[in-house]
Amino acid sequence: MRPNAVLALGFAVGLAALPARAARNDHGGARPFSQPLSKDEKIEQAVNRLTFGPRAGDAALVRAVGLKKWLDMQLHPARIAENPALAEKLRALDTLTMPAEEMVRDYPPPQIIRQMVAGDIPFPADPERQRVIRMLAERLDTKKGAPEPAEAPTLEGGTPQLRLAAFEALPIEKQDEVMVALPAGVRQGLLQVAPPELRRKIELAAGPQQLVARDLAEAKLLRAIYSNRQLEEVLADFWFNHFNVYLDKGADHYLVTSYERDAIRPRVLGRFRDLLEATAKSPAMLFYLDNWESARPSAARARAGRGLNENYGRELLELHTLGVDGGYTQKDVTEVARCFTGWTIDRPQRGGGFVFNKKLHDDGEKVVLGVRIRAGGGIEDGEKVLDILARHPSTARFISLKLAQRFVADDPPASLVDRMARTFVRTDGDLRAVMKTMLGSREFWSRGAWRSKTKSPLEVVASAVRAVNGDVDTATALVNQVAQLGEPLYRKSEPTGYSNAREAWLSSAGLLARMNFAVRLASNRIPGVKVSGADALALGAPAFQEH
Amino acid sequence: MNTKERGSQRRVFLRDSALAMVGMGAAPLWLTRALYAADAPSPRKKILVAIFQRGAADGLNIVVPHGEKAYYDLRPTIAISRPASGVPDAAIDLDGFFGLHPSLAPLKPLFDRKLMAIVDAAGSPDPTRSHFDAQDYMESGTPGVKATGDGWMNRALPQEPGRPSPVRAVAVGATLPRSMAGRNPAVALETIGGFQVLDAKAGQAFQQMYTEAADPLVRAAGRETFEAVAMLQSIQKQPYTPAADYPPGRLGNSLKQIAQLIKARVGVELAFADVGGWDHHVNEAGQLAALLREYGQALAAFWQDMGDLMADVVVVTMSEFGRTARENGDRGTDHGHANCMFVMGGGVRGGKVYGRWPGLAKEQLYEGRDLALTTDFRDVLGELVSRHLGNPSLAGVFPGHAPRFLGVV
Repeated sequence: MRPNAVLALGFAVGLAALPARAARNDHGGARPFSQPLSKDEKIEQAVNRLTFGPRAGDAALVRAVGLKKWLDMQLHPARIAENPALAEKLRALDTLTMPAEEMVRDYPPPQIIRQMVAGDIPFPADPERQRVIRMLAERLDTKKGAPEPAEAPTLEGGTPQLRLAAFEALPIEKQDEVMVALPAGVRQGLLQVAPPELRRKIELAAGPQQLVARDLAEAKLLRAIYSNRQLEEVLADFWFNHFNVYLDKGADHYLVTSYERDAIRPRVLGRFRDLLEATAKSPAMLFYLDNWESARPSAARARAGRGLNENYGRELLELHTLGVDGGYTQKDVTEVARCFTGWTIDRPQRGGGFVFNKKLHDDGEKVVLGVRIRAGGGIEDGEKVLDILARHPSTARFISLKLAQRFVADDPPASLVDRMARTFVRTDGDLRAVMKTMLGSREFWSRGAWRSKTKSPLEVVASAVRAVNGDVDTATALVNQVAQLGEPLYRKSEPTGYSNAREAWLSSAGLLARMNFAVRLASNRIPGVKVSGADALALGAPAFQEH
Repeated sequence: MNTKERGSQRRVFLRDSALAMVGMGAAPLWLTRALYAADAPSPRKKILVAIFQRGAADGLNIVVPHGEKAYYDLRPTIAISRPASGVPDAAIDLDGFFGLHPSLAPLKPLFDRKLMAIVDAAGSPDPTRSHFDAQDYMESGTPGVKATGDGWMNRALPQEPGRPSPVRAVAVGATLPRSMAGRNPAVALETIGGFQVLDAKAGQAFQQMYTEAADPLVRAAGRETFEAVAMLQSIQKQPYTPAADYPPGRLGNSLKQIAQLIKARVGVELAFADVGGWDHHVNEAGQLAALLREYGQALAAFWQDMGDLMADVVVVTMSEFGRTARENGDRGTDHGHANCMFVMGGGVRGGKVYGRWPGLAKEQLYEGRDLALTTDFRDVLGELVSRHLGNPSLAGVFPGHAPRFLGVV
């Protein structure tokens, strides 16, 4: 039985319209962080802030389990049975589980295809995949000059269903040939009616490398919508954004999948020091902030690089750990960058991993934040820097502030941030403990925090689909909606990540897109998603933009 | 309260009532226009249109240094032939040293009429050869500084008293480009007609919810949005035919929308369009020729479409970096350094290629491989922001850089 979507909305939106909202402080003064919420409001606060929005029945579920127990479960995601429907939906997205090298080979970009043709890299073993890639190679050589196969025009007329039938009637070799040459418009039509396996093949033929990005973004939405481990998903989004990398920067295209899966996700409730090191050694971050090219000055010529590159050093201090006012100098930035010379990647374009290259490393003595790092430390220089930073009080404060800004309020009370920072210091950066301090605070459960946050585009889209119990077959179109609302997933080019402040999202540029998303979703105009009984006005209302 | 103050209060009251009509979509275009024009310090605002060529256009084959022998040595298969060499696709001579790619023939008359200037060997001083970093730096207007949150165009909007037009800054595209991001309102639209709530009835309900929201932030954003919606819809309702034939394709379509908006005189001051596809590592010649054909035709059509209004408009083009001086083994070019910028408009001192030519001899090349940079792109943009748009606070637009004007306008 399909739960009543209207009821779900009543839960998500209706309460927001109650006079309780009047208690919100809209004039910049101190919010009443000491005024407690009612029992029901607490449950709503929990599912609003710690999940991607309530589905019908979520509040009842929390009530039945007990709020405390539910919180404890969310803080230990491994103890929560995952939703089998999610695994089913993710199954076709096979790049999600691949190592980067394999992904580069199975979903190659043009330059790798050329190297396969030249014999420098082996083709994928799978004969069918190999055939498609060889065909793509031919097309690359003649780039745009290739005549369309004779069959392509027959697919141009008629409905997508007729085209699909015409396509499926072709012999398999012809299918590949046609797939590779399909005009974009015809391809779109086919994709909408094709069964999943054929869809995947058509997409592969259209551009293998695009599937890598597609899988990643679709998985993010599917997880946000269907995962039972909601807090883990929210935190994966938070920490990815904190340690932001940009998918479209060259080799990062193939490195981000593993970055999120292997570096971020397993550590979101772990120790900050471990998370920091995982990001520092991830090829995705090394490539994104150019550290892989950074070298001691005299090594520069040998490598045709440009010597010391401070990008990673600077963002590590400013954005990842201490914060811009965390008490470091430009000299510290340079010294940190020197410590990380030699932290590089083994062939990033082929999806290679982290390596320490002694030849690039500056082996002189360094002083970071007043701490002397002896000459000759090699790879340990960088590790010492991570120790210093992970245990620095500014880091404890900055991380606590950012978490409180995401979960409590844009401008959280300093007393709360202090308590979280103390936990951070006391537990040597145990992120679960810091979360517990926050969730055990009266501020989190206060009128001041209540519905004070504006949803990010991802949160709007995921929460809307959850609220109306939408059935997502493919999330491609939903991913596009998130982008239209202003948050192209994995595509924030700046290392700051996306803002989570209200001002960033409540602008004329994005508001119209939010309303139109609501209209589209409610009227089943988003391909790949089915809803029934959804109310566009509720989903597009100001109240639904908040949580 | 003196008479003057009372008079001004009354005007504000009348304006707010009329704005409410605009908000309801009930005001005719002339009234909408008059309301925003009333705020303008001068009756005719200057307009800047920026075009971003994403992917790093090959400036050396766009503005061809045909007087430079090294150019032909470096590019044996892809160089554009010298003008008057009798070859069909030869360069179009500009000044005896530089020539235009033959696909840009539609722009030659503008250069001859001194309405179009070229700045060569221009670009970002940052050494990066990453598309992402270089575009980001050019759009933020702060090369080398990754943390800049807003874009140069947003900062370039002169501060104005009163209520600025909701469409002061318009970008054609699904989302706001980095160049226009920031605290000043700016809208992104794919088409003028498409900037509305898809369902009219829902639109009315949303308008009420947002413009009357209790939360001031929601209310302000809602009002801005629905004012822009009303304004764009009233433009859309006017019968309109462009005064030129634009080529099919993204850039032509974007410039067509921008021309229509400017001609509607609703207070557009900054417009942005981008066009991709310039990253020609392989078999460059044919692809670049096709892309430049569309590019030249689109710019020429924009000029023709705008007619006399070009007196107040400047169009400037940019691309994140140039391409290697030497062609690669695939008859293409790789990521380089300096590039060329086009500046066109009624007030432009055109007919000239600006910027010092650094030469293409091995020792003259940047890092031994790329055209060296002799003009910072911020010098060109800064001059336009300052002299054309009349924004006096250039330091806020390009922090950390003191632009050196070339005298292009």
